Amino acid sequence: MKFRVEPFLWLAFSGGGVMAAIFLPVLTFLFALAFPLGWIDPPDHDHIAAVVGHPITFLVLLGLFSMMLIHAAHRFRFTLYDGLQVKHRALVAAACYGGAVFGVFVALHMLGSAT
Amino acid sequence: MSTQTQEDLRFHRRVPVLWWIRKRSYFVFVMRELSSLFIAWLVLYLLLFVRSVGRGEQAYEDFLDWASSPWLVVLNVVAFAFVVLHTVTWFSLTPQAMVLAVRGRRVPPAAIIGAQYAGLVVVSAFILWLVTR
Repeated sequence: MKFRVEPFLWLAFSGGGVMAAIFLPVLTFLFALAFPLGWIDPPDHDHIAAVVGHPITFLVLLGLFSMMLIHAAHRFRFTLYDGLQVKHRALVAAACYGGAVFGVFVALHMLGSAT
Repeated sequence: MSTQTQEDLRFHRRVPVLWWIRKRSYFVFVMRELSSLFIAWLVLYLLLFVRSVGRGEQAYEDFLDWASSPWLVVLNVVAFAFVVLHTVTWFSLTPQAMVLAVRGRRVPPAAIIGAQYAGLVVVSAFILWLVTR
């Protein structure tokens, strides 16, 4: 049987989609709206530094962010292809997944800097 | 029966770029697809947040100030709306994408959707507790 990469991309897309659906609403609400706008008192620096500096947080966030980036890349690939009718198949795929892989390295670097 | 080859398929008529604004369901479909851009933005935003925390108290305060600037609040409100659209549409599509059976009987779609919302509540409560305690 011929090996095909496409099923694995769909699997990663689904996994990242579930993670985004479950984790992003609360993370966005708290860190992008409630804390900056003072709806909820932001945590003091010592506490939040202890939370994001913990190795478990590092691993969880790296996993979550990587899956979400692959999910976004896969979906945006089809947005370009079907939605905006960009028919350069290989170029679109390379740009989307390349962007996601680059994003994973950025995530590794930024998360590592806080640990 | 069609005898089209891959080669023939290349000669299909081009679809207009704005084909999706003509019908509500197409529009919602494209909006749902566009959620990917906002998910990528929020991952970047959260990474910048983590980085600022790692750089010390002053950087953390500066980040919160920057995050409360009007254009960023507008962007994040829009991003939050797209995330909610993603969550709602994702949860309601799951039973169609995944058929679960327990002891040979199909789990009803409502149960799958309900379980996901329960997961959302538990995760949200845990994160709120973890960062604000």
